[in-house]
Amino acid sequence: MKKSYTITAFSENHVGLLNRITIIFTRRHVNIETLTVSASAIKGIHKFTIVINDTKEKVEKVVSQIEKLVEVLKAYYHTDDEIVHQEIALYKVPTRALLESNTLEKTIRNHNARILEVTPEFTVIEKTGHKEETQELFEILNKYGVKQFTRSGRVAITRSKKELLTSYLKEVDKAQSIHITNNN
Amino acid sequence: MKEQTSITDIEKKDKMTKITGSEALMLSLLQEGVEVIFGYPGGAIMPVYDALMNHEDKIRHILTRHEQGAIHAAQGYARVTGKVGVCMTTSGPGATNLITGVADAMVDSTPIVCLTGQVTSPLLGSDAFQETDVIGITMPVTKWNYLVTQADEIPEVIAQAFYIARTGRPGPVVIDLAKNAQFGELNFKYKKCTSIRSYVARPEIEADKIKEAAKLINKAKKPYVLFGQGVILGRAEKEFRAFIEKSGIPAAWTILGKSALPTDHPLNVGMLGMHGNYGTNIKSNECDVMIAIGMRFDDRVTGDLSKYAKQAKVIHLELDPAEINKIVKADVAVLGDVKESLPMLTEKIERKTHESWIKEFKDCDKIEYEKVINKALYPDKPGLTMGEVVRIITEKTNGEAIVVTDVGQQQMFASRYVKLNHTRSFVTSGGLGTMGFGLPAAHGAKIGAPDKVVIGIIGDGGFQMTIQELATINQTQAAVKLVLLNNTYLGMVRQWQQLFFNKRYSATKLKNPDFIKVAEGFGIKGRKITERSTLENGIEEMLNYDGPFLLEVEIEKEANVFPMVPAGASVSDVMFSSD
Repeated sequence: MKKSYTITAFSENHVGLLNRITIIFTRRHVNIETLTVSASAIKGIHKFTIVINDTKEKVEKVVSQIEKLVEVLKAYYHTDDEIVHQEIALYKVPTRALLESNTLEKTIRNHNARILEVTPEFTVIEKTGHKEETQELFEILNKYGVKQFTRSGRVAITRSKKELLTSYLKEVDKAQSIHITNNN
Repeated sequence: MKEQTSITDIEKKDKMTKITGSEALMLSLLQEGVEVIFGYPGGAIMPVYDALMNHEDKIRHILTRHEQGAIHAAQGYARVTGKVGVCMTTSGPGATNLITGVADAMVDSTPIVCLTGQVTSPLLGSDAFQETDVIGITMPVTKWNYLVTQADEIPEVIAQAFYIARTGRPGPVVIDLAKNAQFGELNFKYKKCTSIRSYVARPEIEADKIKEAAKLINKAKKPYVLFGQGVILGRAEKEFRAFIEKSGIPAAWTILGKSALPTDHPLNVGMLGMHGNYGTNIKSNECDVMIAIGMRFDDRVTGDLSKYAKQAKVIHLELDPAEINKIVKADVAVLGDVKESLPMLTEKIERKTHESWIKEFKDCDKIEYEKVINKALYPDKPGLTMGEVVRIITEKTNGEAIVVTDVGQQQMFASRYVKLNHTRSFVTSGGLGTMGFGLPAAHGAKIGAPDKVVIGIIGDGGFQMTIQELATINQTQAAVKLVLLNNTYLGMVRQWQQLFFNKRYSATKLKNPDFIKVAEGFGIKGRKITERSTLENGIEEMLNYDGPFLLEVEIEKEANVFPMVPAGASVSDVMFSSD
């Protein structure tokens, strides 16, 4: 049965790693729903958060192939209920249309959205939440004619009590110390 | 004043000790024990070739006639020596010509370091002359790759390249060297790489798993070992033998595992897979415990997965975590180096024999012998068979030779019928099935094992894919023995057309050149055999000849390889003939 899985991979911060990771999906004809790459809390280590919709079997294989990459330290996968996750969405709406509405305040308030910028021509509204939530606000705002809409990839934090990577790194540090070529 | 002088001194000393990136590359290769490079020069690698001249006494360069020839030779060299094979080419077409070999080395876990020239860094991405995105192109088919843009990166990157290529599950590494890094200067200091924090070369073995595996093995009535190249790559041939000899378990091999156990070993029950033995295949679906050691359940081994070994508990001893449960779900997965895990397991298992179970294999062998083997090795019809050629080669070399094959029917006949006594004596393109592999790989194998008899068994199709390497052989005069089995067809494809495409022989008939004349033109002595009566004499002449030799044998045109598990069929459904 296909469902949503969030893959997190921790890697060295090296040129080309994004490509190395994505070709693992491409080769197996797995579509990436969202992808976010950023520095992790640990210096020099980057974190990839990748959402796919597939079977458990497929996600397990993909994760072991990611972890096999020389420059990847660890890769994990989680179902949606094992993580706390968010996406951010920005909406650009004509200011005039908003001014003419009498439910705008309620909409913003109910959706926990906020206004980032207002000009005579347009207003930029921001909302964080799950995809369904940012989508719901889109449907409402689109009645006023959304001129631009953008949504980020998912970021996620695990619910587990053990910090997987930190304990892994401690083990590694104990065992050895040499780093792979540093590109920084 | 005094202080100033000392700074100038340091600067002077620094200048004196600075060397170029190309020179540093050579010194790094020497530190890694490199003795041979197979390569082909060109614009973007010229500084390195220039530095190479300073070290000709220690590093031998073999100039191939095509970069594909270079990498296949490096593969042959690596497979017989256990060392890292090294090849070197220029940028652009030089590098792209390596790709087939890189992909081959990746799927067959061969340790290779490819050094490719690259345009100078400021020109990267500018579509400069002979610029190709080599890192991008090789990414899916390398274990690791790296673009060097500064000279001072070279020692550390080369140390890592060799470490990554040879440790863990070995594989190819491509190091792309921008020309400015080859020219640039650095203070050379070399430190061998012994670990990389993001890379686990040897996973720790879990004692619990050994216990679980031993328990299953001790209870088993029909245990069955399937072994692959992992035994050879892990240098665990001795440990493997100790394990099967104590447990008394019959053992069958994948094509790449062939030489890990002497062919004549009483527990060696033969070859697995599409053209493997009858017993080894059908017993996969009859054993109660299957012990897979350093093998990856290739689809040519398993046939239809939904009908494969469903009755068996599966124990999988494997170094690469990504291979566990990839194809066949393991009931007990023993992750780790078989060199360590096998002795742990041997200690925990009971000494046993499985006579009646082994007899079941022998009974299958009798059936196979009557239906297929006897006809293949001792034909009573006029046409020469690949089987009889392989049989006579084995008889004349007493299992002491290194045999290298190309891909296709000759590969299957060689795999099935060559007898071998020693490890690392069978070199073939397994996972990728690369036609054109045999000729250069045989040459590389002979370079790596000059004291051994090295025989390349090659078909007329594959021979013509890398035929230019005859010139390389003429230049090195390596005494490699090439046996060309010529049936004027792309035999394996033709066999499938006969069996599965109503004998519609689409694009498989070859109009061949006069191979002996071609060889002569390349300066290689040759002889053509067309009659059974001269075959033995021809093989003797080839083996006794002091130098490289081409023996062409005219083979019956439309012969087939049997037994056969057709693609997508169960390993229980073995075909013995086309009828």
